[in-house]
Amino acid sequence: MGAKTLYDKLWDEHVVRVDDNGTALLYIDRQLVHEVTSPQAFEGLRLAGRQPWRTSANLAVPDHNVPTTDRERSAGITDPVARIQVAALGTNCATFGITEFGMGDHRQGIVHVIGPEQGFTLPGSTVVCGDSHTSTHGAFGALAFGIGTSEVEHVLATQCLIQRPSRTMLIRVNGALGPGVTAKDIVLAIIGEIGTAGGTGYVIEFGGDAIRALSMEGRMTVCNMTIEAGARAGLIAVDEKTIEYMRGRPYAPTGELFERAAAHWRSLVSDEGATFDRVVDLDAANIQPQVTWGTSPEMVLPIDGRVPDPDAESDPVKAGGIRRALDYMGLTAGMPITDIRPDKVFIGSCTNSRIEDLRAAAEVARGRKVSDHIKLALVVPGSGLVKEQAEAEGLDKIFTAAGFEWREPGCSMCLAMNADRLEPGERCASTSNRNFEGRQGQGGRTHLVSPIMAVAAAVAGHFVDVRAL
Amino acid sequence: MEPFKNFTGVVAPLDRANVDTDAIIPKQFLKSIKRTGFGPYLFDELRYLDHGEPEMDCTDRPLNPTFVLNDPRYGKAEILLARENFGCGSSREHAPWALADFGFRVILAPSFADIFFNNCFKNGILPIVLDAKIVDALFEQATGGSPLRIAVDLPAQTLTLDDGTCIPFTVEAGSKHCLIEGLDDIGLTLKHVDAIRAYEERRRSEAPWVFIGA
Repeated sequence: MGAKTLYDKLWDEHVVRVDDNGTALLYIDRQLVHEVTSPQAFEGLRLAGRQPWRTSANLAVPDHNVPTTDRERSAGITDPVARIQVAALGTNCATFGITEFGMGDHRQGIVHVIGPEQGFTLPGSTVVCGDSHTSTHGAFGALAFGIGTSEVEHVLATQCLIQRPSRTMLIRVNGALGPGVTAKDIVLAIIGEIGTAGGTGYVIEFGGDAIRALSMEGRMTVCNMTIEAGARAGLIAVDEKTIEYMRGRPYAPTGELFERAAAHWRSLVSDEGATFDRVVDLDAANIQPQVTWGTSPEMVLPIDGRVPDPDAESDPVKAGGIRRALDYMGLTAGMPITDIRPDKVFIGSCTNSRIEDLRAAAEVARGRKVSDHIKLALVVPGSGLVKEQAEAEGLDKIFTAAGFEWREPGCSMCLAMNADRLEPGERCASTSNRNFEGRQGQGGRTHLVSPIMAVAAAVAGHFVDVRAL
Repeated sequence: MEPFKNFTGVVAPLDRANVDTDAIIPKQFLKSIKRTGFGPYLFDELRYLDHGEPEMDCTDRPLNPTFVLNDPRYGKAEILLARENFGCGSSREHAPWALADFGFRVILAPSFADIFFNNCFKNGILPIVLDAKIVDALFEQATGGSPLRIAVDLPAQTLTLDDGTCIPFTVEAGSKHCLIEGLDDIGLTLKHVDAIRAYEERRRSEAPWVFIGA
């Protein structure tokens, strides 16, 4: 046997059968379910008279539509269409016997926060969800990717998916990050380097000293945005940090079985000498705090950068893209990133709403005030348990004293399916993952940053290097 | 799923790269619990000048005159011509549902985002990857005075232009078969119930920790 990549190992371990046409039936260990991409899948099961193959392989939670204010959560969702969708998840889970953390459950939260938090995401497992940010779970050495609703139904009915092997890419982030530079800056810099389609057709493994040095939360942030580089799945090899994170989680094994599992998990690394279809090297020391200026995550610059000039771009399709982005974003070519002034600040989303993100953000917010220029600054914890932990540490008090609003968990302003959104023309410093046109509300303008850079922008009233604060 | 039949259709040119699924169908329409009825809201923010909401009657909404699908020449288009990385972003299957509901059956682009590409086949849409130079040439023809029409032959894997130019394309054999026959993937997979059970039994003994479920 030749040397295998981590991806090869995960793939081989999950192949049920290979078809003559080269596709494989891949066994799926875990499925996370949320309210937006599941109702049509459950309806399909019902119409065909099918039952879930293995109910215990699924865990459901409403997150996209849920309100983040106390008032709306206790009174019921105001938006009647959203209310029906959240209720449908409850009914479907009850009908088919699937565990659901409902809106009133203190474990409720963003699907990609609660999977790892509960130990439902296991190293070495295959994890799917009807959500592209399922790549998050790759931080655990799990093969995790987003699927469409037809495939959600396929997994419910068969516990399998029809797949083709992907190409493999290794991205090594060598050396050490400077102070004030975070996992978010790493992944934004990677997307800036390889482009939003750079990873299409690949599974990306992240390695190198700077990745190894990240906490599990940081690794989740990096894997989360793999999809923004075009790759469906990101991977990080298992190490002792992974295993320690798993210990004591509600759905993780215990006692002797845990040790047996851990022994297997330790083998989930790419072998010495394994070959990848593409290798990209980045020097961590060169990565500065990042800010996106345009309408695609690849339109990103270091904080000391200037907005690009379309006339300097030779490719006409790219030049057109820059021109359209500048127009949509209300920016002029050549202006310094530090002259851009947000109206709102959002700290949250499956990218950056975990306890470590909130601790880092609170550290910058401590003793400071949100600028008068900022209309609204929101902190939305990723789950009820993150919220409880943050409150136990007094982080909520630091945020509210600084002028931030402290909310209930959910996807919130990352995609603005609930009431948290931008008005047309409003500009946001956001710790989320997509700066597409209209993503945070029709006509809204999104700048993606790390949690500490978001707080720095909130305090200064414009983007600023958090290291100089 | 309806079997995919050969047809000749008008090409609508959408000349921008990285069209994301948020643009194809904005988030407010994702609250529907149905699979149908998304066509009128396809490209909602680009297509209309006002703000769209689910279940809105679109007949009297103000149209964006510069958007390609509002050009009467392309109103009945069945083939969408796009630029690189079409369908990037969210995994929402509402994007192909909206495209199919509008009437699109084929999408031509130099590249597609993986999840979207896969979702198309589940909904009777044929996404075709073409060389960037061919796409450039098609854009030139499609934006001329009279709209470009293309004959799509899936069994033969060819596109034939009005002027007789024939462009071959590749498609994965399994996906092609399912499209032509209109097959349901789940039905196909369930033919292998024994293999799945055997695998599961083996995995249960090798990795029992996976089966401590919710």
